[in-house]
Amino acid sequence: MMKALLRTAGCAMLLLVATSVRAQLVIEITRGQEDAVPIAIVPFGWESTEGAPFDIAEVVAADLQRSGRFAPLDRKDMIDRPTRGDQIRFQDWRYLKSDFIAVGRLMPDGPDRYASEFELYNVLTGQRLTGHRLTASTSSLRAMAHRISDIIFEQLTGIRGAFSTRIAFISVEGAPPQQRYKLVVADADGENQQVITSSNEPLMSPAWSPDGQSLAYVSFENKVSAIYVQTLRTGERRRVSARSGINGAPAWSPDGRTLALTLSRKDGDVDIYTLELANQTLTRMSFDPGIDTEPTWSPDGRKIYFMSDRAGGPQIYEIDVDQPNRARRVTFEGGYNARPRLSPDGKRLAVVHLDRGNFRIATVDLATKAVQVLTDGRQDESPSFAPNGATLIYATQDRGRGVLATVSIDGRVRQKLAASSGDVREPVWSPFPPDSRARP
Amino acid sequence: MRVAQLLLIVLSGLALAGCPKKPQTIPESQMPEQAGTTDTGGSLDSDVSGSVLSADEAALQEAQRVGTVIYFDYDRAEIKPEFVPIVAAHAKYLNGGANRRVRLEGHSDERGSREYNIGLGERRAQAVRRALMLQGVTEAQITTVSYGEERPAVQGSDESAYSKNRRVELVYAR
Repeated sequence: MMKALLRTAGCAMLLLVATSVRAQLVIEITRGQEDAVPIAIVPFGWESTEGAPFDIAEVVAADLQRSGRFAPLDRKDMIDRPTRGDQIRFQDWRYLKSDFIAVGRLMPDGPDRYASEFELYNVLTGQRLTGHRLTASTSSLRAMAHRISDIIFEQLTGIRGAFSTRIAFISVEGAPPQQRYKLVVADADGENQQVITSSNEPLMSPAWSPDGQSLAYVSFENKVSAIYVQTLRTGERRRVSARSGINGAPAWSPDGRTLALTLSRKDGDVDIYTLELANQTLTRMSFDPGIDTEPTWSPDGRKIYFMSDRAGGPQIYEIDVDQPNRARRVTFEGGYNARPRLSPDGKRLAVVHLDRGNFRIATVDLATKAVQVLTDGRQDESPSFAPNGATLIYATQDRGRGVLATVSIDGRVRQKLAASSGDVREPVWSPFPPDSRARP
Repeated sequence: MRVAQLLLIVLSGLALAGCPKKPQTIPESQMPEQAGTTDTGGSLDSDVSGSVLSADEAALQEAQRVGTVIYFDYDRAEIKPEFVPIVAAHAKYLNGGANRRVRLEGHSDERGSREYNIGLGERRAQAVRRALMLQGVTEAQITTVSYGEERPAVQGSDESAYSKNRRVELVYAR
C-alpha cells in the first residue's frame, strides 16, 4: 500500500517538477541587418585572484548580435580593456569604428551575491549615455547579463529590450506512432531549457498567462483533448476543460481571468467560447457552422480575433466580446489567413498566410489592411510576437526537421533556433517579467 | 468473407456446446486474439462467456477486413464512394449489439495551421459519425477525437504522405 502510494507520488513528481535538459537550441543568424550599429562590449573587470564567476560581456554581446541591429566588436580586436568610463581612450575606439562602448565591473556583494556596474558611452562624442548598478545571486548572473542587454538596447533604439523574456515550445522526438511530446520553457536565447510536462500523446497550443507565471496548453494524455493550466514555479496543474469533442486553442484574456478556447461539444460544431477560470462560466462567442478557432484577444480585452472558414477558405474575423453574434471579416488578401496574433500595440495581426503555394508568416495592418509577407519558408506557422513587438518567433522546417525561427517585424533580420535532436514547434514568447525594468 | 462466416458458425457452435477444448480445426493464425478459453480447469460458466466474446470478435474482424481507415481529399470531409463499403461494414457490426462501441479518430495532413487542422480532423470524424448514424448506429456507440496533424500515419512532406494522413481511423477498444 505504502509502496503503491510512493510510486504514485513519484510519478506525479516526474510529471510535474520541471527538469533541466541538456538539449540545446543552437542559434544561427540567417540574415542580419546591413547597417547594424558597431558597438564594443568590453569584458567586465573582476578584481580577484580567482577567476570571474561569469562572463557578463559575452552574454550581452551575443544578445545584441542576435537582435540583428548591432554588430559587437570581436574581443580579439580590442587593444585595451577599460572597466570604467575614465579609462576609455575614445580615439582608439573611433579607430576601431565602434559607435558605442560599454564598460563595467563585476564584484562580490555578500555571500553568494554579486554586483555589476556598467556605463555606456557614445564613442564619437565621448558622452556618457547611461550607467547602472545591478546585483544578483550566483544562479541569476545570466539573467543579470540579459538585464544589461535590455538597458543598452532600450537606450540606443528606444525600444524596450526583450532579452530577459522566455519562450515556450513543443518538442517532439521519435517517429510515428511512437512519439514523445514535451512542453519546454527556455530563455529567449535558447538557454536554461526546462521540461514543463511530457507525454506519449500529443501536446499542443501552449499559451502564457499575462503575468508569465502559468501556461495553458492542450494535452491528449487521456486519449482525448483537454486544456490544462500549469503554474511554472510550483508545477501545480489544473484541468480546466475536458468537454466532449475538441478542447483547443486556449488564449488568456489580458486580465488573466478568462480563457478563450475552441470547443466542438457533442454536435461537432467547432466554435469559440470564453471560460471564466474562477467559476467555469462558459459563454459562446461564435455561431457559424464552419470551423471557428484560434482566438486571440485585443490588448484592451474587448475584442477577440479568430480564424473561420465560413466563407470557404480560412480568413480572420473579429468580434466584440460584449456582442459576439456580429462577426466582421478582417482579412481579404489571399485565400488562406489563419492563426492570428495581435501585436502588443494592437495595430497589426501576424498570421499564417498562403503565399503562392507556400505557408508563410505575414502581418496585416489593421488600419490599411496591407499584407506584408515576412518569411520565405514552405511550411511556416505559429507566429508569436515578442512582448516589445519588434520580433516574431515562429515554426518552420529545415531539411525535413521542425525548427524555430525569429524575424524582425520589418523582415530584415532572421535567425534560426534548431534543437539538437527531434522537432521543435509552436513557439510562444512570454510577456515581460514583472520587474525587468531596472531603475537608473 | 467465407472464412469469417465459417469462423463465426464454428465459434457460435462452440459457444452453444460450451466446449472447453481449443477448436483443433481452426489454425492458430486465424484465432481471434481475445478467444481466451483455456483447457486447464476453470468453471463451465467462464468458458461459455469466453466463447461468446469470440463470436463478437469474429464479427468485428469481418468489419475490419473491409477496412478501418477512410481517406479524404485535401481540405474536404466528404466520404468518397470507394469508402462507403467500410462505413456499411462497421455500421453492420455496431448494429449487432448496443454495447459495441467505436472511436473515430480524425486526422489531417501537416499543411496549414495546427488548430485549424484539429477542426478539419473533427469535421472528418463527424462526417463518418453521421454516416454511421444514418445506418442505424446510435449516438452512444460513437466517440470522436481529432488529432489534426499531430499524429501522422506516415512522415513526409509530399502528396503521397499527405494523402495517407488525411484520414479517419475506426478504432475499437480492446
